[in-house]
Formats: sequence, structure tokens, C-alpha cells
Amino acid sequence: MSGQASSQAWSSQKGAAALAAPPLAEKRRAFDGRVLLGFLLPIVIALLWEAAVVFGLAEGRLVPPPSRILGTLWALAETGELWTHVWATLWRILVGFVLGAVAGIVFGALSGSSQTVRRILDPTLQALRAIPSIAWVPLFILWLGIFEESKVALIAVGVFFPIYLGIAGAILSVDRKLVEVGQVFRLSRFQLAKRILLPAVLPEAVIALRSGLGLGFMFVVAAEFMGASEGLGYLLVDGQQMGKPDQILAAIIAFALLGKIADSLLVLLTKPLVRWQDTVRESL
Amino acid sequence: MLELEHLSKIYADGTRALSDINLSVREAEIVALIGGSGCGKTTLLRLIAGLDRASAGAIRLDGERLTGPHPAVGIVFQEPRLLPWLSVFDNIAFGLDGVSAAERKGRVEHALEKIGLAEHARRWPRDLSGGQQQRVAIARAFVTNPKVLLLDEPFSAIDAFTRASLHEHLLGLWEETRPTVVLVTHDVQEAVTLADRAVVMQPKPGRIFDELPLTLSRPRDKTGLPFETSVRRVLTALDHSLNTTQQKPQRERDRQAAALWW
Repeated sequence: MSGQASSQAWSSQKGAAALAAPPLAEKRRAFDGRVLLGFLLPIVIALLWEAAVVFGLAEGRLVPPPSRILGTLWALAETGELWTHVWATLWRILVGFVLGAVAGIVFGALSGSSQTVRRILDPTLQALRAIPSIAWVPLFILWLGIFEESKVALIAVGVFFPIYLGIAGAILSVDRKLVEVGQVFRLSRFQLAKRILLPAVLPEAVIALRSGLGLGFMFVVAAEFMGASEGLGYLLVDGQQMGKPDQILAAIIAFALLGKIADSLLVLLTKPLVRWQDTVRESL
Repeated sequence: MLELEHLSKIYADGTRALSDINLSVREAEIVALIGGSGCGKTTLLRLIAGLDRASAGAIRLDGERLTGPHPAVGIVFQEPRLLPWLSVFDNIAFGLDGVSAAERKGRVEHALEKIGLAEHARRWPRDLSGGQQQRVAIARAFVTNPKVLLLDEPFSAIDAFTRASLHEHLLGLWEETRPTVVLVTHDVQEAVTLADRAVVMQPKPGRIFDELPLTLSRPRDKTGLPFETSVRRVLTALDHSLNTTQQKPQRERDRQAAALWW
């Protein structure tokens, strides 16, 4: 009797749950206008500075107003000079990032999945990580010359460590309980890696790749400081030597935009892989 | 027939989790392992599932010695343990590797029907309630048609109301293939609702204290007198197992006689 009553109540409860069910996995969220709020602060600051220069409250020679910076940026874009520099920088980052990321993923996976490999590999890599990457520059120049190779190598080294650490840590923190599910269904080592470990580490792997990419942007500047004839880093040095703060700021803004675009692209490309996640990231 | 012979488990730190467990479970029998916490119920189940290795003794299924996870043995854990990156459908199909796509689809859809989640097949586990997730976990274990199904307190984290309906879903699935079921629980009501036999365990070291047959006809009426009597019998045995470790268990025959007295 009570069993029947409860099963009836269950079915109606289920009906209610179906009515109020969350949207299906495939459904996309609509664009939220509130993200535009993020533009408010920089625009207000830019307008205030512009006004300060226009009304003579500030001189604006060393800190040029936004209009002059944008003008410089526009001029650089019109002559095509900007694109040469942007492509040079992006190409270095791309090659360095791919090399560093592949090495980081391979070593991270090895170190995370085998205790023996970790015991052999990890102490050395941790010691190497303690060396400031810039310290490698003289050696890289001696070994690889002053052209692209040494720059790419520096970027790759910078990208490698956060990805190595992230991947190894992600594998070590995979829930034992889920691994046991794989064991109960008698998955082989390879199957276990493919069907349980790989999907389980993806969210943290994406975060590792993002921080690696961020460091790639950091090190490309360092690399281009050590002698380059093109690239956004060259624009910075050139701006300093020629006394053109507007060109420096233009290059900085270009870096900000490129970095943000590259990061968003990475997030966008990896989103289908981690959409199942039950986290607050959706709302961030 | 599932047979445990002189099964012992001593952990690396010297803890004797199980000591000389002897138990044989008939085909299609539902056995409830019941006992206080720390009496090795879960350890015993993990040994049968092949997730841990016994220190001594043997586990046999139809004469074949089990030494690791076996295709004929399925398990439902205390938590649903669904893979969050797979849809409900793919979670249920997780163990169906060797079968054709069509059969796979058929079996999973049938199981979904049985547990009443057919319209949730394409959802992610995170969109389901705890009770629904546990039903998916049960279906995942059932679709591979195991000969032995191990249930490790699968309903302990679920409210009493939902639990009653899960019991029905479980028995509904069990009726189809009638696997041998070993159910770990600390809920006497649950044991009497589901099991053909209650095995009362005792802690330090974990061992079997007593076995009580539960010969009520199915479906079981939880408000009836026989049910109440069975619950009381199991509770008494449980009491004895916890309080007087020296005392010999009262003979089952005597207790049944006492139960029939009125």
C-alpha cells in the first residue's frame, strides 16, 4: 500500500521535475549584455585623461592622451607596419607555444601517470623551473643565434613549465572513485587513460594551456627586447629610444588586444570539451 | 553460486578488516550484509568486486576462482560515480563495449525505460537529482547482465521517500535477469524489504555473527505483521552482535520458534 502510494507520488514528482527541468545540454546561452559593463572603467579613465589634456590640466607629452595613441595605432595600421609587427610576434608565440605545450603535455602526462617516471623526472624539472627563464637568454643566443630560433626557444621554455605542472597535477588529482569504475569494467591501461583520465583532466589542462599562453605573451616581449628588427616588442624598444611614448602605448594596447583575443580563442576552441562541467565558470 | 571460503583481509597497517568469512550465496538469491560501522561490509564487497585483494581465502563464482574484476560481477557504489562528461545514455552504456551498436542502444533504452528516466537520456548527470543519479548507476550495473550484483549501501545518502521507490526500481530490474545480489546496508528495514537472507556481521575483526533467512513472500507488505517480526529479529541479532561479543548467537531454530509463539 505505502509502496504504491509512494510510487504514485514519485511519478508526479518526476513530472514536476521534468517541467522545471534545466535546459538540454545542447542549448546555448543567449548573449548577456552585462558583459559590456567591463568596458565602463577603461572608457571613463580614457575620457578623463583626454579631458585633462584638452583643458590643459596635464601636459600629455610623456603620457599621451587616448586620441593621440589611437592616432598612432591607426597610422601604423594604415602603413601596414603594424601588421608586420603583429604577425612577427604572433608567429613567434605560436611556434613557441606549440613546442612548449607539446613538450609540457608529454612530460606532464608521463610524470603524472607513472610514479617511477615522476621520481626520475620531476626533481630535475622542478630545479630547472626555479631558474628564471630569462637567464637562459645568453645561452640560447650562443647556441641558436640571435634570430628566430633563440626567441622561439625562450618562449617555449616559458610555456613549458606551467603546462607541465598543470597536466601532471591534474592527472594526480583524478578522483580514485572514477578510476575504480573503469577498473570494475576491466578497462585496459590504455582504455582507462582514454575513457577516464583524459576527459577528467581536460578542464585543468585547459587552464594550464591558458596560463602557458599568457606566459608565451610575456616571454615574447623579453625575446624581442634582446634584439629584433620587427615585432611588437621591437616597437616598444624603438618607442623608448626614439622618445615616442604614444608608440609604446600603442604597442601595449596591441598586446592587450592580442592577448585577450588569443585567450578567448583558446577558451572557445576548448569549450566543447569541458561543457559538461558543473562549476560556476558558466556564470563567470 | 557465489562462494566465499575462509576469506580474510589484513590491511598494510595491520588492521584485521575481515577474518575467516565463509558464505555461499545461491543463484538469484538476495543476501543483505548488515552490521555496525567498521565491521568490514564494504571491504568484503570490494574483495568480491576485485577492487582489493584478499589476504587469505578464496572467492569462487560457479567454481571459477575470482582474482580481479570479473565480467560477471557488477557493483553499485555508495555514491553514483557517474562520469560527468558522459550523457545519462552513455553512462549506462559505459560497460557495454563488446556488443553491437544496435543491441547497445536497445539494452540502454530498455534500462532507461525501467528506471523511468527515458526522457533524460541526453542530459548530463549534473542535471539529475541524487536519487535519479543512483538509478542511472544501478542501470549501468544491470545492462551488462552480471551474474552477481554487489550493492554497497547504494541508498544510504537518499531520503526515505525516494529510497522506497528506488527499492521498487531495483526489484523491477532484478526480476528480469534474477542475478545473485549481495547488498550491504545498515538499514534493517531495507534488508527485510529486499533480501532473502540477512547476514549479520560483527566488528573487530569483521566476521559473520549470524544468518537469518527472510522467507516472506514478495511483494512484501511493509505494514504487515510478518514484516515487523522479521525486522525485530534482525534488530535483535544486530543488538547481540554489537553488545555481547562473547555471547554465542542464539540458535536460529530457537528464535524462529519464539517468533511463532504467538
